[in-house]
Amino acid sequence: MNLRSRTGSPQTRLRSQLIVQLVRKDLKVKYQGSTLGFLWSLANPLLLMVVYTFVFAIVFRSRVPFFGLFLLTGMLIWNFFTMGVSGAATSILANAGLVKKVPFAHESLPLASIGFAGAQVLLQYIVLIVGFIAVGMTPLRPELLLLVPATLVAVIATVGLGLFVAASTVRLRDTQHILEVGLFAWMWLTPIIYPATLVHTVLGSGLASWLYYLNPMAGVVTAFQRGLYGVVYYPGTTELLLPSDSWGFYLQTLGLGLVVASAFLVLGVWQFRRLSADFAEAL
Amino acid sequence: MSSDPVVGVDLSARRSPVDPEAEVLVRAVDVSKKFASYHRRATSLKERLVRRPRGVADTFWALRGVSVDVRRGETVGLMGPNGSGKSTLLKVLSGILRPNEGSVLTVGRVASLLELGAGFDGELTGRENIYLNSALLGVPRAETDARFNEIVEFSELGEFIEFPVKTYSSGMYVRLGFSVAVHVDPDILIVDEVLAVGDAAFQRKCLDRIEMFQRQGKTILFVSHSAGLIEELCTRAVLLDHGQVIFDGLPRHAVARLNHVLGVDRAATSDSELASVSDLRIVDPASRLPIDEYQCGSSILVLATIEWKQSLEQLAKVSLHFNTASQSAVIEVAPRWHEVPVDEVRRGRTEVEWLIEELPDLPGDFTLNLGVYTLEILIAHGRLDNLRLRGASQRVAPGALRLTRVEPGTP
Repeated sequence: MNLRSRTGSPQTRLRSQLIVQLVRKDLKVKYQGSTLGFLWSLANPLLLMVVYTFVFAIVFRSRVPFFGLFLLTGMLIWNFFTMGVSGAATSILANAGLVKKVPFAHESLPLASIGFAGAQVLLQYIVLIVGFIAVGMTPLRPELLLLVPATLVAVIATVGLGLFVAASTVRLRDTQHILEVGLFAWMWLTPIIYPATLVHTVLGSGLASWLYYLNPMAGVVTAFQRGLYGVVYYPGTTELLLPSDSWGFYLQTLGLGLVVASAFLVLGVWQFRRLSADFAEAL
Repeated sequence: MSSDPVVGVDLSARRSPVDPEAEVLVRAVDVSKKFASYHRRATSLKERLVRRPRGVADTFWALRGVSVDVRRGETVGLMGPNGSGKSTLLKVLSGILRPNEGSVLTVGRVASLLELGAGFDGELTGRENIYLNSALLGVPRAETDARFNEIVEFSELGEFIEFPVKTYSSGMYVRLGFSVAVHVDPDILIVDEVLAVGDAAFQRKCLDRIEMFQRQGKTILFVSHSAGLIEELCTRAVLLDHGQVIFDGLPRHAVARLNHVLGVDRAATSDSELASVSDLRIVDPASRLPIDEYQCGSSILVLATIEWKQSLEQLAKVSLHFNTASQSAVIEVAPRWHEVPVDEVRRGRTEVEWLIEELPDLPGDFTLNLGVYTLEILIAHGRLDNLRLRGASQRVAPGALRLTRVEPGTP
């Protein structure tokens, strides 16, 4: 094996510079030549918001105030996860020429795909916050700090699963298709379109509910809703819209999510290390 | 006139052998590399589930028990016939491929140039690609900033550096690729057959750069088909055949040995007991008449006859290359490695009509080589020498100029 160490601070710095270059390239290639440029990345969430608001707020008469904002709060971080993981899944295949001709740290490719998703979602959140301010729901509250651990858990889960599928897809092309179906089901198991309290009503507050939060994105999404959306009770009632008013609940679910996400990361790094040396040959 | 820019340059001063006690920077010990046949590898779930694994896998050893040490300051040339494992060895030494057996050690910063401009993105400008490619080759951003102007100057791209590289001619593309690569400043430079790019003046610059590396005591490992280049540049040459080292020593001895292996010193077409290529010629695609002058960008039809002297057990592949006069492969003609199915490689003849829709944008003197391979081994080849491609230089961009004279005293 090569003596060249791929760890240590100069290498880490080089790799992050490479990731930045790759993300920049992806952004530029994606938006170059379109007049609206980055605004296009807002089109998809806005369209989803309009459609789901129509279905849930008008057809099903959901009592969630500003349903569109509630929806986007969870949807955007979910989009980060799903775009990051799907982008990572094809990142090695899409850069086959590079992998076969240039020796470099292969993990830069899935990490750049995740960074690309992150850059877009970050800007989408900025627009969302402007939306909150516009309707008088400025999200300035201590619970906003929940976004820090929630983002951390989301990033760990995305990187972990992203590395896993990036490496697996090279070996087994079906991974992309399994992933597509899996992520669709996963979205409905995450309280994005419905408030998590509905799940608590069905499952009770015991072990069954905790099983629900084994999905790290469930904890992440509820923490985002508590921090950004912040409407804990249905207006004019004491009925909970979000699962809890206290920090404790969110920190516990995030803690559980962190454990599961870290397991993803360990598994992802293991799978990637195991397979990456043979990428050039398998492509 | 000399069509090979290397000939006639006095580089003898550098050819003294390196101190045998110098530090080993690249060490390959008993390296073997096996490839499974592409067709047999299951990459879909259905194949994995449905098809029972066969008893005997269809494998081919690209390298068998290769051991090479390269010491600091050495310039080692890797030679061998097509399919002898040179490129595979470079990939294993660069860390792109993992050997099935044996081990590889490298010490220091390694820059591998297996393909010029690998990693270029057509949508990005030359400037952006310089940064991206440097990052891929492991150069810190600050270093790229510091060398940026030097890289642009070396590439002679001028204003074009701000244009997307998809608008570049192939010559401009390789110039930019080489310019980035030689500014990486590695301890070990691993180069695959990329020196034969551009016009003679640019080749001269590339070679000057390699000389500079040598003066700085860097270690260079490169593949070349050019006997001239290997003899002039290298302190040592390693000759590979069928994945094994058959010679390791003085470059001129390696060249003599290679000529013997290739049989290129004997005839324009080589025959084996398996197949032969005959009647290789070029005609105009429309009139089917011979052509006297070849223009870059024009279309030609290559005709040949492959005679199969016995039935092969494996499919055969044919490839068509333009080589420089010094035998460096420069341009491969699509489709690359065209396959002849196994039921067609039985005793008899195959007529080849290979249409080259557009002759490459690289004016110069070439040899056209038609190779027939089975299991990656060259079994027959035909060669046409002294093919001169004429074309306009790509250094002039379309433009418009207007000069307006303003007399003194006019406001």
